[in-house]
Amino acid sequence: MIRYLGKRIIFMLISLFLIVTATFFIMKAVPGGPFTSEKNVPDEIKAALEAKYKLNLPLHEQYFNYLKGVATWDLGPSFTEKSSTVNDMINRGFPVSAHLGAQSLLLAVFGGIILGVIAALKHNKWQDYSAMVIAVLGLSVPGFILASFYQYFFSIKWGLLPIAKWEGFEYTILPSLALAASPMAFIARLTRSNMIEVLGQDYIKTAKAKGLHTFTITVKHAIRNALLPVITYLGPLIANILTGAFVIERIFGVPGLGREFVLSITNRDYTVIMGTTVFYSIILVVMILIVDVAYTLVDPRIKLADAGRE
Amino acid sequence: MKKNIFALVSSVAVLGTALAGCAGQQASQPAAQQPANNTQTQTPAAPAPAEKKPQVLRMNLHSEPPTGDPGLAEDTTSGAVILATFDGLTRIGADEKPHEAAAESYTVSDDKLTYTFKIRDHKWSNGDPVTAKDFEFAWKRALDPKTASNYAYQLYYIKNGEKANKGEAKLDDVGVKALDDKTLEVKLENPTPFFLELLAFRTYFPVNQKVVEGNEKWAAEAKTHVGNGPFKIESWEHKSKLVLVKNDNYWDKDNVKLDKIEFSMVEDENTELSMFENGELDWAGSPMSSLPTDAIPALKDSGKMVTKPIAGTYWYKFNTEKPPFNNVKIRKAFTYSIDRQGLIDNILQTGQIPATGAVPPSMVLNPNGYFKDKDLETAKTLLDEGMKELGITKLPAITLSYNTSEGHKKIAEAIQDQWKKNLGVDVKLENKEWKVYLEDLHEGNFQIGRMGWLGDFNDPINFLELYKDKMGGNNDTRWENPKFKELLNQSALESDLDKRKKILADAEQILMDDMPIMPIYFYTQSWVQNPSVKGVQMTGLGDVDWKSAYIE
Repeated sequence: MIRYLGKRIIFMLISLFLIVTATFFIMKAVPGGPFTSEKNVPDEIKAALEAKYKLNLPLHEQYFNYLKGVATWDLGPSFTEKSSTVNDMINRGFPVSAHLGAQSLLLAVFGGIILGVIAALKHNKWQDYSAMVIAVLGLSVPGFILASFYQYFFSIKWGLLPIAKWEGFEYTILPSLALAASPMAFIARLTRSNMIEVLGQDYIKTAKAKGLHTFTITVKHAIRNALLPVITYLGPLIANILTGAFVIERIFGVPGLGREFVLSITNRDYTVIMGTTVFYSIILVVMILIVDVAYTLVDPRIKLADAGRE
Repeated sequence: MKKNIFALVSSVAVLGTALAGCAGQQASQPAAQQPANNTQTQTPAAPAPAEKKPQVLRMNLHSEPPTGDPGLAEDTTSGAVILATFDGLTRIGADEKPHEAAAESYTVSDDKLTYTFKIRDHKWSNGDPVTAKDFEFAWKRALDPKTASNYAYQLYYIKNGEKANKGEAKLDDVGVKALDDKTLEVKLENPTPFFLELLAFRTYFPVNQKVVEGNEKWAAEAKTHVGNGPFKIESWEHKSKLVLVKNDNYWDKDNVKLDKIEFSMVEDENTELSMFENGELDWAGSPMSSLPTDAIPALKDSGKMVTKPIAGTYWYKFNTEKPPFNNVKIRKAFTYSIDRQGLIDNILQTGQIPATGAVPPSMVLNPNGYFKDKDLETAKTLLDEGMKELGITKLPAITLSYNTSEGHKKIAEAIQDQWKKNLGVDVKLENKEWKVYLEDLHEGNFQIGRMGWLGDFNDPINFLELYKDKMGGNNDTRWENPKFKELLNQSALESDLDKRKKILADAEQILMDDMPIMPIYFYTQSWVQNPSVKGVQMTGLGDVDWKSAYIE
């Protein structure tokens, strides 16, 4: 187990290194730079700016400086937000995005599993159909339309919840709902199809024959097995949802991290591009590792070992 | 497909918003008035309780201001916050003219090269006195190459300013000197008739030397930000909320009526408009943000939308080195043949002004324009003549480039269609991501490309000097004319205002005779506002000043 984890962590570091390297060089290869602007500044000012941000150094030196920065978690100043460093931006934005993401995640996981289980238990009955209609809608209606729809009904028409901004719990409800819709639908469908498969297996029939209550069968025997694919999906989902969703954050005026991913690229804000990418990658690889460990908890048949597994 | 759905849904939503908004506002207004009414009934003797109600303006900043530092700011959001929290030697008044602000008075030498300012007795928001040294420090700091200020070139009018920024002269040689705590002497390179207006621009604002030297990040937090303007920053939750309160140390505080300005930072224009319709904001649209394009027709019909021209020109640039636009007649044919008024009425819909010259109306040199809009006859003749001169019977493939954006796309498509109809020319459209587009334009990788220009101060030189040098940073057209250059150089030395205006008008005439650019329209700003908000000053440059704003 420990050997396995150690090996995984080394692979994680290697993949992070590859991500940093690839992002760095691809980013530099894109035309335009942070100081390309509509009002072209005189050459001497451009030179001064480049000197200030050390963009005048040869590429390989910039690259090594950057690697050093990542290793010490000093991600450098932002080019666009002159008064902030990338660390500041992540420290400010991540808690907000994580808060919103955690709420949506809870909604998505519990809502999705419940919908999926109900649909599977009532296979081909109206409960199944209505749960799946919700799921199809959630998957196919884009988040921004759903968000505008919520805003229109819950805030403007009924005046129940604030339209936008981020100042307290009531401000988090609509964005969480909007953000949770698509993963909830996905989880519901995943759970349903797996549940149907599991429910048809011999051991469930045996349990039924023993006279166990449907509730006990579902909770104790079926759900655990049906959840494995859901857990696989959860790894990337958590990383995604915790680090912010650009569109939802934009529509609801949430001061999260999601916007930095997108805007930094438009602005060629090199340090922010790198910082957010590295940050996201770290969360992603850690989540994938946690998912692998989580398999063993849910399904005792799976054991972690680096060799010997069939 | 996605976009169509979005447009449909959002226009339905906006329509609904507009309808619901009417009801919403009616509902919210009595509620807002209620407290005032209550106090009136309880204590009828109290003198005008309505005045006691705190004056709070609720605005949306659209995005986080990147900095509160006047020396480093380069965007309008930062600019608006800085204008509210700082005061330059002059400030643009309601008459759009510069008035003494941090300077109490000034004298100008006969050669118009030396200005001596008497600094008003006033204080920074932290209580320190504002001295002439703060100005000297601020200007030299912006010119210091180490500061890497993007707008340092605004200070090039000061003697040795440009040289100091290039590292060719020492900062000590720059022509600004605090003779004592209250006297500032400024020496200029050339007589600069718009110098007093420049002083109202943020790069010329003072900064508190002690504060800046003590903390590199002073301009990023409410706690450490110090200004000398009508307001000060009370709190700044990054990317979320910024609150300005009246600065009690401001010299002209008696004329500042607002107690507080609360800024949200919502980026989405539709959300912003919904919040306005719902009574959560007092303002939506320009200058901090813009109105959603789909909502404009409805807002316009409702009569709530306000539109004001600003000093900016939207134009297409020709690459004058690549055929067929190396021929002036062909350039002219393309320029004359489009219907600007039609474009504005049908596509833009926010009262833009057709541009038949380079310089916008607020600083206009020739009010009649230099050519006729939609002059089809002349255009056709010129096209034929131009093609003959080039010795071709068929125009080569022509591509019109623009940066990816719904608005630019609509304009480009309309103009493409007009060229097809009016000149029988097929033009291809091409869009590119913003920074890639800029790079291509600066490198001459285009035939016709869109661009816009907004003035930094109210003088035609803003628009003319772009085309002074062939490889000048913002020319892009590769056009150069020695006569034009000569006239601009003359204008810098001319201290007689009327003569200078004549010189500049001649220069614009040359620009329009050679037509390296095709002016399309002069920008306007459109917004909706709470009718009880008064006195918000929108300058002709597109800046906003809340100094004398109040709520009725």
